[in-house]
Amino acid sequence: MISTIASFINAAIIQGIPLLYGATGEIITEKSGNLNLGIPGIMYIGGISGIVGGYIYEYYTPEPVAALCILIPLLSSLLASALMALIYSFLTITLRANQNVTGLALTTFGVGVGNFLGGSLQSFFGKSGSISLLTTGNYFKTALPFADDLGDFGKVFFSYGFLAYLAVIIAIAAGFILNKTRVGLNLRAVGESPATADAAGINVTRYKYVATCVGGAVAGLGGLYFVMDYIAGAWTNDGFGDRGWLAIAIVIFALWKPNLAIPCSFIFGGLYIICTYIPGLSSAAKELIKMLPYLVTIVVLIVISARKRRENQPPAHLGLPYFREER
Amino acid sequence: MSEKTKHSEPLLRISKRDGLIWWKSWLVRAAAVALALVLCSVIIILITGYNPVQVYSAMIRGSFGTARKFWIMLQNLAMLLCISLAVTPAFKMRFWNIGAEGQVLVGGLATAAVMFYVGDRLPTALMIVIMLAASLAAGIIWAMIPAFFKAKWNTNETLFTLMMNYVATQLVSFFIMIWVPSGSSVMGIINQNSRAGWLPELFGQKYLLNIIIVAVITVAMFIYLKYSKQGYEISVVGESENTAKYIGINVKRVILRTMGLSGALCGVAGFLLVAGTNHTITTTTAGGMGFTAIMVSWLGKFNAGIMVVTSFIIVFLQRGAGEIATKFNLNQSVADILTGIILFFIIGCEFFVNYKINLRKSQKEGK
Repeated sequence: MISTIASFINAAIIQGIPLLYGATGEIITEKSGNLNLGIPGIMYIGGISGIVGGYIYEYYTPEPVAALCILIPLLSSLLASALMALIYSFLTITLRANQNVTGLALTTFGVGVGNFLGGSLQSFFGKSGSISLLTTGNYFKTALPFADDLGDFGKVFFSYGFLAYLAVIIAIAAGFILNKTRVGLNLRAVGESPATADAAGINVTRYKYVATCVGGAVAGLGGLYFVMDYIAGAWTNDGFGDRGWLAIAIVIFALWKPNLAIPCSFIFGGLYIICTYIPGLSSAAKELIKMLPYLVTIVVLIVISARKRRENQPPAHLGLPYFREER
Repeated sequence: MSEKTKHSEPLLRISKRDGLIWWKSWLVRAAAVALALVLCSVIIILITGYNPVQVYSAMIRGSFGTARKFWIMLQNLAMLLCISLAVTPAFKMRFWNIGAEGQVLVGGLATAAVMFYVGDRLPTALMIVIMLAASLAAGIIWAMIPAFFKAKWNTNETLFTLMMNYVATQLVSFFIMIWVPSGSSVMGIINQNSRAGWLPELFGQKYLLNIIIVAVITVAMFIYLKYSKQGYEISVVGESENTAKYIGINVKRVILRTMGLSGALCGVAGFLLVAGTNHTITTTTAGGMGFTAIMVSWLGKFNAGIMVVTSFIIVFLQRGAGEIATKFNLNQSVADILTGIILFFIIGCEFFVNYKINLRKSQKEGK
């Protein structure tokens, strides 16, 4: 029984990590007032660019080195995701385009690029079959050496690759920066009332750009974790599924707080797979259980809007454009 | 002027245009599409190595190559346009309904349910009326839930409608699991032999009825938004809620009514997709059109007439990119990439339509 629970928690955390990256990235973005609906696309890009980086490295190097096996996909993922967020920032901040429309276009584009490269990378290099980067995948999956010796305890706490711990660290750091530092205060001001922030001498444009790009890069790591650690250096088209949207749901569920996003992501990760742990469920009932994360999010959304507690609200200027000239 | 008050003017200054003459603004948009196509062809040539003329002629064949392809293009155009028309009144009110995907799905699900449970026990005409009513009701309910909370507590509608999409998707998978006994997750064609509840073919064309219905809806929506009192109320609420309240418009009622209309039209789209086009239901019946429709509507400036053009551009691109993918043995996702690139350009070019960039004038004495 205990080992079943341990393996359930273990699976929930593994499912939760990509969501946590996505949610942390989106929280950082939304705090600047940008509702980036391109996050699902960015996460696809984060995954595929890691694959492409790792693939090229493995292809041209007979004996890949561990450090480079990790660094190259990591950097290519960070760069590509930040670049995607930069497209979004340029269109919405500089060219003042509508955020929802731009975000959705970004998702169409990102998912397209991911599936296209994932599906054709092998044929570009004159091979057939699906992508398999076992060497790189194994480096990403390497857990702490003593995890196996500690039984269930080790399984729950120490059995993950480094990206899993990084997700938690980034979320905690984001929470700290947002709430305890001057930069965080300024960023929150930009998201709440850009006109006030502007009057106080804060460079609104720069904060929005940096927050959106950093948020995009963080979210992209979720895609990287998924392809490198979870499915060990492989790619299946649309394999990432709707996790990007689920990450946006977590932002609401966590009330725009990165620290809260950590347990929330693991809960959502658990809800994602709980149907396989409940014995005797019909396949129809499983589909209903998969509905739960979204229903729970809707309930949270309704409750926070009904209670109107100020600390639980979305950033006041979320989704709205800011032009200094238009007041 | 004294030296003290001298300010350094920035190199670039952005100011709002009063309104560009229509042909100029369309020139800007055409230039953006042209630029996007150039970029796309560069990408395609880099990937395939074929010359662009070949690629573009393949693209045109995707929509106009054969009579069958032409009809499929028209059918896709009609469905995308229908959903775009559905989201338009809500957008005009600045209600970000990104839940069209879900509203179409539940509409389709309602039609499929009637087809599945009633079978061939009722006369066709009555059956179709019931199906349509069920789809309308489903679409309206799905849209009214977020609208109700928006009106009551100002609940964020973008996030709410987004979540409703996935609830709808799971609902569809749930019913498919119940309806298909074998445990397979594919529904298959409903009433394949009896054809009960299938929309009739006009003049031997399977899609013609769908296209005619959408054409009628397009004209009706154009008139509704432009000339009716309710259409006017929608644009006032969209421009400024305070103004609307001041002149005595019941904002909550307008929100609920408009979202009801939006959901009803999405329900119709679901009905047409299931009864007229596919005769089955899957979780991808809406196929992302609910999201694409948002871009079509926004790019069409909420004008039903222009939206015919914008949805044609998108469908043409998708069919064309699909054709390229088949012909040059590429992955079908090329279509999404090209659509994405062209959307970026069209989205970006609106800036140059609405704003003007003023270069710093050379500094002269005695201003």
